[in-house]
Amino acid sequence: MGYQLSRDNMNQLLLALKKDYKIYAPVLLPGQGRFSNTDLIGYGEINRIEDVVFQQKSYFSPKEVFYPITQTLFYFTEDEYREPQMNPKDIIVLMRSCDIHAVTRLDKIMLENGPHPDSYYLQLRSKLKLVLLDCPTSFDNCFCISMGTQRTENYSFSLRPDNGAYLCDVKEDFAGLFASLGKPLQVSPQFAQQNNQRVSLPEISENLVSSLAFHKLWDEYKTRCIACGRCNTSCPTCSCFTMQDLFYEDNPQCGERRRVWSSCQIDGFTDMAGGHSFRQDKGQRMRFKVLHKVYDFKKRFGLPMCVGCGRCDDVCPEYISFANCVNKLSDALQEVQQHV
Amino acid sequence: MSIHTKKVMKNAWRITKHRDLTCLRIRVPGGHLPVKFLPLVQEIAERYGNGTVHLTTRQGFEVPGISFAKMAEINHLLAPLLQELEINRGVSIDDPTKGYPAAGTRNVSACIGNRVCPNAVFDTTTLAWDVEKIIYPNDPHVKVAITGCPNDCIKAHMQDIGIIGQVEPLYESSRCIGCQACVKNCHKVSTGALTFENHRVKRDPKRCIGCGECVLKCPTAAWTRGDQYFRVIIMGRTGKKNPRIARSFLEWADRATVLKVCSNLYTYIDKYIDRSLPKEHVGYIVDRTGFSIFKEEVLRDVTLLPKTRVAHFIDFGGYMYDRNIHLE
Repeated sequence: MGYQLSRDNMNQLLLALKKDYKIYAPVLLPGQGRFSNTDLIGYGEINRIEDVVFQQKSYFSPKEVFYPITQTLFYFTEDEYREPQMNPKDIIVLMRSCDIHAVTRLDKIMLENGPHPDSYYLQLRSKLKLVLLDCPTSFDNCFCISMGTQRTENYSFSLRPDNGAYLCDVKEDFAGLFASLGKPLQVSPQFAQQNNQRVSLPEISENLVSSLAFHKLWDEYKTRCIACGRCNTSCPTCSCFTMQDLFYEDNPQCGERRRVWSSCQIDGFTDMAGGHSFRQDKGQRMRFKVLHKVYDFKKRFGLPMCVGCGRCDDVCPEYISFANCVNKLSDALQEVQQHV
Repeated sequence: MSIHTKKVMKNAWRITKHRDLTCLRIRVPGGHLPVKFLPLVQEIAERYGNGTVHLTTRQGFEVPGISFAKMAEINHLLAPLLQELEINRGVSIDDPTKGYPAAGTRNVSACIGNRVCPNAVFDTTTLAWDVEKIIYPNDPHVKVAITGCPNDCIKAHMQDIGIIGQVEPLYESSRCIGCQACVKNCHKVSTGALTFENHRVKRDPKRCIGCGECVLKCPTAAWTRGDQYFRVIIMGRTGKKNPRIARSFLEWADRATVLKVCSNLYTYIDKYIDRSLPKEHVGYIVDRTGFSIFKEEVLRDVTLLPKTRVAHFIDFGGYMYDRNIHLE
């Protein structure tokens, strides 16, 4: 069911939704860019529809809203522990098609990877309502079409600005708010039709993996990559975390356990008891990441992990392109196949 | 030939080693020039000079090999440049067709700043223009340079007044993944103001010089940029007596303070300069009056921010040439 909403009605709708939901969207964070006098587009809570940035891709992904960078799992004292209280409100997040696909990737690893779903993830995930931001023209470095993530049906409603009003395709009305505030209209969400960046995904058979893992294509990243981890922290599908047990300074008998995002590119990721650390070589870290995104995950869950949002390419300070690397990997695969 | 050398020099023309020839000095405040003025510089050099131009260490031009007789004509040609680079930015010059009204206070030089450089914490060019407006035209011999970060690419440490950008880094601990890129980098390239304690980064505000390296290195925007401030360093110099680098006078000062200090400096100079000398560089005046008088004068009517730190004593150091006479 489609609706057109005037700006005022859209704001009334948001106001009504905010009673039960925290609403997040890409917003402008003035002066928060890395360089002086630059802004950042990041995810933040919105109050009005005007807060939403429609025309730019966010630097960070929506992931941090429902899979926080830092999450306290429980507090402990000498003989007791308790989990923190959850905010009772549910969560609405406005995101583009690629990012919605990324949520399904995170669901795979967090809910289906082991014998039990990750309960902390599940708690927040079950509060989540997805709102599709239409994405009629793609951005720099996007390669959603190569990854097949440019379209989705998985949303409560879609949203795009249109001549001062807003058009929504509503799959799930919220207490009849759309029906009461919107004007019925035929609406189909607009999806990207083409990207400037194309990626050819390698179909890697298991017997060729080791030849690819030791291929010389990874060597250039030994010196190019500086192991800053931005590709991971901007990625909507990276899910790795580490644990921090924190003992309060004033009273070390009490403390908390937190989980915090980690990055396979940053030093320390492979540190083990006894001081051993494998994958010191940054080329091998790149190999691990790229194969994980386009091969290992697919082998386990049947679809590639990467959704082609291109943020890793947007943010890399060394101008390393993941998309470019996957294309090199496909070339390398052909080369390796010829030698079999 | 009759030349009033003092008037000529005050008009930004040089007395040179060639009896009949002078050299034109062109100011480029902040070192940033609309290229439409390059043909003018070329025209003067080709028509009146020897076809060359010298790029000065203060980011101006010197056009050598010009006959003294042509000064008035060339001053006229310079009017559009003076109009745009000086008058339109608020510098008071009565008649731009008469050339530069003063030359003692040198061109305010600046590094390229945050218009281009990722390290710069502010727009150095704009501040250079604001400083120019306050200190020019003036006869006292004063050198000011502005730099975007403590790398000090403009060599503010060699100036009477050096202005270095500072940014207060803000830490959002819930965004921190504990990668310690900021901590390691601060130790490696800056002052080691950051430590990692209890899985979180701690910043020692007295040690932090506001370079913004932590923000540049942070992969999650846990570090972001707070307000912009300035460190003012003073009385660096070269010269034949006591070369030395400038020392910190103010830290975490705001823009208003920096501009007021620049303007107060001229009141101080006027009050204490030794008029028996043809000229006296400000650094030697401070040598005579002592730092405390300097400080009292330049901070007059200045409202410092609560967080601004002020030097209460400065050991300028450097070395004295006449103490090195034992060198063989």
